[in-house]
Amino acid sequence: MSVEVAGMGRAKSGGPLKLAVPRGALFEGTLDALDAAGIDTSQARGESRALIFEGEEITLVTMRPSDVPTYVEAGAADVGITGKDVLLEQSDRMVYELLDLGYGRCRMVLAGRKGDKRLGESERRLGTMRIATKYPRVAQRHFEATGHQVEVIEVKGSVELAPLVGLADGIVDLVATGRTLEENDLEVREEIVECTARFVANRVAHKLRAGEVDDLTARLREVAVG
Amino acid sequence: MGPVIHPIPPGSRDILPDEMLELRRLNAALIEVFEGYGYGEVATPTIEYDEVLARGDGRTSESAYRLLDERGDLLALRSDMTVPIARLVASRYATSEPPLRLCYLANAFRAVRPQRGQRREFSQAGVELIGAEAPQGTAEVVEVLQAALDAAGLERAVIGLGDADLFRQLLGEIGVAGEALDSVLERLATHDMVGLEAELSAVEGVSEEQCATCVALSQLRGGREVLEEARAMGGAAVERATARIGNTFEALEARGAAGRIQIDLGLLRDLGYYSGAILEVYDPAVGYVLGGGGRYDGLLKRFGVDLPAAGFALYVERVHVAQMGEESRGGEES
Repeated sequence: MSVEVAGMGRAKSGGPLKLAVPRGALFEGTLDALDAAGIDTSQARGESRALIFEGEEITLVTMRPSDVPTYVEAGAADVGITGKDVLLEQSDRMVYELLDLGYGRCRMVLAGRKGDKRLGESERRLGTMRIATKYPRVAQRHFEATGHQVEVIEVKGSVELAPLVGLADGIVDLVATGRTLEENDLEVREEIVECTARFVANRVAHKLRAGEVDDLTARLREVAVG
Repeated sequence: MGPVIHPIPPGSRDILPDEMLELRRLNAALIEVFEGYGYGEVATPTIEYDEVLARGDGRTSESAYRLLDERGDLLALRSDMTVPIARLVASRYATSEPPLRLCYLANAFRAVRPQRGQRREFSQAGVELIGAEAPQGTAEVVEVLQAALDAAGLERAVIGLGDADLFRQLLGEIGVAGEALDSVLERLATHDMVGLEAELSAVEGVSEEQCATCVALSQLRGGREVLEEARAMGGAAVERATARIGNTFEALEARGAAGRIQIDLGLLRDLGYYSGAILEVYDPAVGYVLGGGGRYDGLLKRFGVDLPAAGFALYVERVHVAQMGEESRGGEES
């Protein structure tokens, strides 16, 4: 038995902390926040198509935002950054949500075609609304909580298409500037929840690498957008 | 021609000889440790009456599988071994002189969410020490757990030690009650710090400072020094909880069994019957918890015998995964 007692939770074990970094819309903001917190991200900013960027203190592992909870829950990444929208949709993933980083702000909304009464009409006359979304669980929970019956249709690509061609009466989707809605002649009918980037940790890493996780949390808290 | 596939339910599995051999060795090593400490192995029925199991805790350790027998009685599959052993002690050892030392190696059953690789049926190895109070009873159980981890070859494994009553009492002290209390405890159990801050600051009468104290307390984990850090934050609930943890820690040191302990004030297990000390087991080779336990001084009373109790259970399959992880690490380093 050679486990040290004092500050054991702070022992460095297993090399640099692995941080899951979301590619896509949150990528730039995440690298900026990491830079501000004193973590070198220059390799990840290059043209490289590599997925892993090893650093002295922290190794960046880049992936789709929706994969971040999967990697962090399993401990394949010790900590990670992803959107609250992803965490809400995958709320059964056991990850610790430690910090609201404040950037990547956008809204999860219910939207329908401009001037179109179909959402209300379908609910009144057919008893249910057809809602297309990439966030079936968030949508289902929201409509259950607000007392509406809906038929949730999960789509993978551009959700805006669904009401335009009659697949659905409305959509639940993430809106940052509202331009995509505007361009597709859609309008916001209801706001469901506001989402920002969040810092998450694996349950075991949070215990066994407490010092490093706390240190990174404190540094990110400093630079979080209030 | 391919094989004929006769499906088995998701979350269940077959075990073939190579794995079985390793599992049997692991199980034998664990039982040998338990018996070495004077814990006698018991077995209980896989299926029991639902109303008997539900006495343990209606809400959280509720059975996921129920069936009717030929007489129409409602039966249930156990979700852990602690409740069946409480039942067994109350009915078979009611007049025995405590303490009682029992251990088990048994399968238990829980509901699974689809496509998550979760097990519907899993194997647990654990001990129950009935009739021994804190802190000595708790310390004995931790000592056995430490020896079990040694026997499994998990030299880097860590045992988290927390207190189940800390936040319930602290939140009561600052006036969080009813639905708000449940919802704040839920945030603490899932370690949703962003949600915790939001929920707490929304409760009327909770100051910004009290809110910050709760968040900071739940993040305190490490060696003995965290007890001092916690005490500095003040409050009667904190004082009591840190005293309980401190006593347990001292009892462990006296037994030479404090080496793997990480004191963790944020530890909160979701099984409703815990009181006082709670335990969780981690190994750096795997990202999930290997087992847990603690004190459940009120559980036996629900079966008509008022005895303090403590115990732990290791998830055998997870310990096996950790063993392999540690072995391959050893290979890389040498």
